[in-house]
Amino acid sequence: MSKIQNAVIGSVRTVIGWVPAGWLPGGAPDPLIERRAAIGSQASRLDGPLKVAGQARFAAEVVMERLCHAALVHSTVTRGRLARMDTQAAEAAPGVIMVVTYRNMPRVGPLPLMGMADLSAVGNSSLPILQDAQVRYNGQVVAAVIAETQDQADHAASLIQVDYEREPARTVFEEAKAHARTPASVLIEKNHVSVGNAERELISAPHSVDNVYRTPGQNHNAIELHTVTAAWEGESLVVHDTTQMVAPSASALAKLFGLKKEQVRVLSPFVGGGFGGKGLWDHQIVAVAVARMIGRPLRVTLSREGVYRIIGGRSPSEQRVAISADAAGKFSALVHTGYSVMPPYGACPEQYTMGSRALYDAGSFEIVQRHVDLDIVPNTFMRAPGEAIGTFALESAIDELAHGMGMDPIELRLHNIAERHPLSGTPFSQHALKQAFDDGARRFGWERRRTTPATRREGEWRIGMGCATGSFPYVRMPGANVSITLRSDGTATIACSAQEMGMGTATVQAQHAADRLGLPIEAITFELGDSALPAAPMAGGSSQTVSIAGAIAAGAEKLTLELLRLAGNASPVAGLRPSEVRLTAGGIASTSDPARNESYRSILARAARDAVTITAAGSAPLEMFKFAMHSSSAVFCELRVSDVTGEVRVDRLLGSFDCGTILNPKTAASQFRGGMIMGLGLALMEETLFDERSGRIMNATLADYHIPAHLDVPQIDVMWTGIPDPRSPLGARGIGEIGVTGVAAAVANAVFNATGKRVRDLPITLDKLLTE
Amino acid sequence: MSPVTYVRAPSATEAVRMGSEPGVRLLGGGTNLVDLMRKGVEAPSGLIDVTALADRVEQADDGGLVIGAPTRNSVVAAHPLIRTRYPMLSRAILAGASAQVRNMATVGGNLMQRTRCLYFNDAAGSRCNKRVPGSGCDAIGGSNRYHAIIGGSAACVATHPSDMCVALAALDARVRIAGPNGVRTVQLVDFHRLPGDRPDIETVLDHAEMIVAIELPAPLKALHSGYRKVRDRASYAFALVSVAAGLSMQDGRVRDVRVAFGGIAPKPWRAIRIEEALRGIPLVPETTAAAIEAEFAEAALLPGNAFKRELAKRTLTAMLNELAGDDA
Ligand SMILES: Cc1cc2nc3c(=O)[nH]c(=O)nc-3n(C[C@H](O)[C@H](O)[C@H](O)COP(=O)(O)OP(=O)(O)OC[C@H]3O[C@@H](n4cnc5c(N)ncnc54)[C@H](O)[C@@H]3O)c2cc1C
Repeated sequence: MSKIQNAVIGSVRTVIGWVPAGWLPGGAPDPLIERRAAIGSQASRLDGPLKVAGQARFAAEVVMERLCHAALVHSTVTRGRLARMDTQAAEAAPGVIMVVTYRNMPRVGPLPLMGMADLSAVGNSSLPILQDAQVRYNGQVVAAVIAETQDQADHAASLIQVDYEREPARTVFEEAKAHARTPASVLIEKNHVSVGNAERELISAPHSVDNVYRTPGQNHNAIELHTVTAAWEGESLVVHDTTQMVAPSASALAKLFGLKKEQVRVLSPFVGGGFGGKGLWDHQIVAVAVARMIGRPLRVTLSREGVYRIIGGRSPSEQRVAISADAAGKFSALVHTGYSVMPPYGACPEQYTMGSRALYDAGSFEIVQRHVDLDIVPNTFMRAPGEAIGTFALESAIDELAHGMGMDPIELRLHNIAERHPLSGTPFSQHALKQAFDDGARRFGWERRRTTPATRREGEWRIGMGCATGSFPYVRMPGANVSITLRSDGTATIACSAQEMGMGTATVQAQHAADRLGLPIEAITFELGDSALPAAPMAGGSSQTVSIAGAIAAGAEKLTLELLRLAGNASPVAGLRPSEVRLTAGGIASTSDPARNESYRSILARAARDAVTITAAGSAPLEMFKFAMHSSSAVFCELRVSDVTGEVRVDRLLGSFDCGTILNPKTAASQFRGGMIMGLGLALMEETLFDERSGRIMNATLADYHIPAHLDVPQIDVMWTGIPDPRSPLGARGIGEIGVTGVAAAVANAVFNATGKRVRDLPITLDKLLTE
Repeated sequence: MSPVTYVRAPSATEAVRMGSEPGVRLLGGGTNLVDLMRKGVEAPSGLIDVTALADRVEQADDGGLVIGAPTRNSVVAAHPLIRTRYPMLSRAILAGASAQVRNMATVGGNLMQRTRCLYFNDAAGSRCNKRVPGSGCDAIGGSNRYHAIIGGSAACVATHPSDMCVALAALDARVRIAGPNGVRTVQLVDFHRLPGDRPDIETVLDHAEMIVAIELPAPLKALHSGYRKVRDRASYAFALVSVAAGLSMQDGRVRDVRVAFGGIAPKPWRAIRIEEALRGIPLVPETTAAAIEAEFAEAALLPGNAFKRELAKRTLTAMLNELAGDDA
């Protein structure tokens, strides 16, 4: 698949190369960048009151008659065969309807893996689900108990006895490296990039660093557990899910179960945290297949442990970063290679080299990712996949180089920021990392940093400052559709299947639609979370906002055309072409002569219409190929390290972001802060304890898997350049994931500044700082 | 979780009578026992809720205090007599768990809480001599960051996770126990057992007995004390190392010193050797270091927890210096 991907993308690039910029969507900047009313305002989340009052209905709260519940039984060995399964006691337990194993599970094919070649494929794992006696990873579902209540199902599940015939398994990262694969591409990038002779430059340059950085596996821990309810109505299927891929799930389920698209409806009005983990996994397939078999609606809710067992997380990695520079600090080589886990049945390549491909001009490059196969639940996308851990390695290395050269690490970075994309040579659509650093450094008080490490202390605490660059690519997904209904009472409803995971999707798009249609925000309703609505792509890659925005923009053009047609010859706007008008103040007006206008109300009244509805699709995201479109950030950290215990306490974090237009400062600040807190967890504590002897995750609880507690989270300051991207809808780029990136390096660099100790192995726990 | 019966004990006598039935367990706040039942680590057939019994902090005739076993951890920590006379105990309790857990957890349950060893807690997938005697220990060759460096055995290196008990050990607390044959009292430091070859037997409490109270002797005069907990995040994490220490100086010499460690041993670890070595002499860095060193002479370090020896030494040294400073 990867080879084909490279070919497809390569040819698209070539074709677009001939197209002048002006032809491309976004070639002429979105006019809304200039005139906006609701966009940019601090609108509070529309779903806020519902959530505060406990009235937002989450997937596990759907009331349904004759509902039954499932408990999953997970394998406790890594590879082997189910030799014997004793389900009698479970079947006889009170309330039990059925025990499902591979013997009686309906035959279903594997999920097609998510990928660039087929956008309707959304599987995270292509392993069979309860189809055979084979165990392929520790934690795999081996049985499901269906009962009248959840408690009955849980109890009965504990009565199932399984004997395994164990087989040898691959569970040791270090050993598996010997058989690592080198894929042709990593997402839409060609994997192996070799420009010049980086290794030779490293040897001959006056300054260089060359080190290995390690990051641990991590697990998804959204507050809301994965839960799905499947209900068949004849040959139609309704699925209440918590998912970041509403429409794609519906079409994948239709394909898998041999249904027509219209026969499947997936509903997910609210998602209690997704972060990449709320995709299509085994539990939904079990729910749908078994609900059909028993002829009753079925709910499958994973336990917290269950989420660790069958939902993949972030892959562990081992990354080598080497950089060389001339006497003035100009990079002459950048090497970023490494290993992460990606079993052949998984979909996420953990793209940790992306930042190294886009941020700095180095003259020569050597970049390649290698995939290690282990017998594990396939890893998946986890907020800022790749970039989160890749920026740790890259930005630590730059700090090490700066220290070695006696140069300020910001100065070193600014000296090497790329003017054009360093590998493709394409111009950046907009890029103001320097400004982000300048603004951030000023606000943070960077000049107070001691250049010599381990020289500032208060009592037993050593104090240090660090910084790093964060980075995330711009993505707009193809296949975003919306409908717009404009009513004669001057209200409008925008609808698409998009997902609300708590980021403020509905709020921000309502703001957008208000400005786009020239209506007050109160007049806009935004409907989402239902696959019966026009299909939106999955929420991933920080792309949802611009993807939907692109579709609304296209919809507004279509609506304009339709309104001009309805307005007819008696209208003040008669005879004007779409390009000569704008939607404003509740109607259509001539751009050059605003006095020539007519309200929607009046147009619809004359046409004797209550409402007009159009549907539209966002244009193909060609801007991504014509321009280098990349967000970046400057992250600053001040912290204390105890000289006695090695404990690290972060006192201040600041993120200065360059992400295009900020559509709503309130929701954006919350995204940035949330991301930075995840970055803090990555830096200091998050770690899946994977027992390499057994292939089993040992800390599958929130008591044992540490994420930052309130006391770990310092004051977090966020700011942004706010410079619109002239090539994107609204001038916006994604903001959901970049907050995570750069933080771990900023923390590690601050730890070095405080103590003189360099930790290249996350998380930075106190034992790593205790040694003399 | 398997079905269980549930009753509330009307009196301590009744609780002892009902609790002596096989398979039956006493229930405090349930913050540990119910978790373990959900995980399949514990599977009692019946629960006897003791939280309706005497849950008070009362003054004793000897100038000490008596804390009823069902008293909530948060109540103890906030009690004015505890805060003024035994501040170390307040601090230790407040360093543990979360406000919500402390509101539910009882003093009796805190003493009896079980280890957080990941392999003990994984009934489905791991071997554990504490859970299934003789089955083997997966922790010794596995993830053992939270495990013991002293007092463990070849069968088990699990730690007792309590913070409160560390302070109680330093304060010479006693455990009042009621059983079919009446009431007896044991020193808290003798209440928990070392694992030896029977890590499943964790305390000297008989199945037919229950804890009715904790007795605190009268507070020591002029004792400067503190509790320091070192952990992997700023709050809501179990101790890697914790130290309860008390110090009183007279004429430049140690008049009295109390030291107990948490997080490094299968039981709250009262460091008698350090106390004996320091009593009556001035606090000089070399002798203090030697005294502490001696306590850890027999430490058995594993790859995941070797750092705790150094950490324990440093933490105690810093605390003694601080307490001595308070005294100056
Ligand atoms: C997420 C989490 C974090 C935690 N963090 C910490 C921490 O940092 N530090 C810390 O010290 N603790 C911590 N704890 C543990 C907490 O302190 C214990 O769970 C609590 O003290 C147990 O008290 P309980 O009343 O809920 O006991 P229960 O769960 O009700 O019972 C525990 C045991 O005690 C027995 N028992 C109860 N009462 C009596 C009695 N009167 N006589 C004899 N036996 C009795 C029960 O039979 C059972 O075996 C944490 C717990 C959780 C869940």
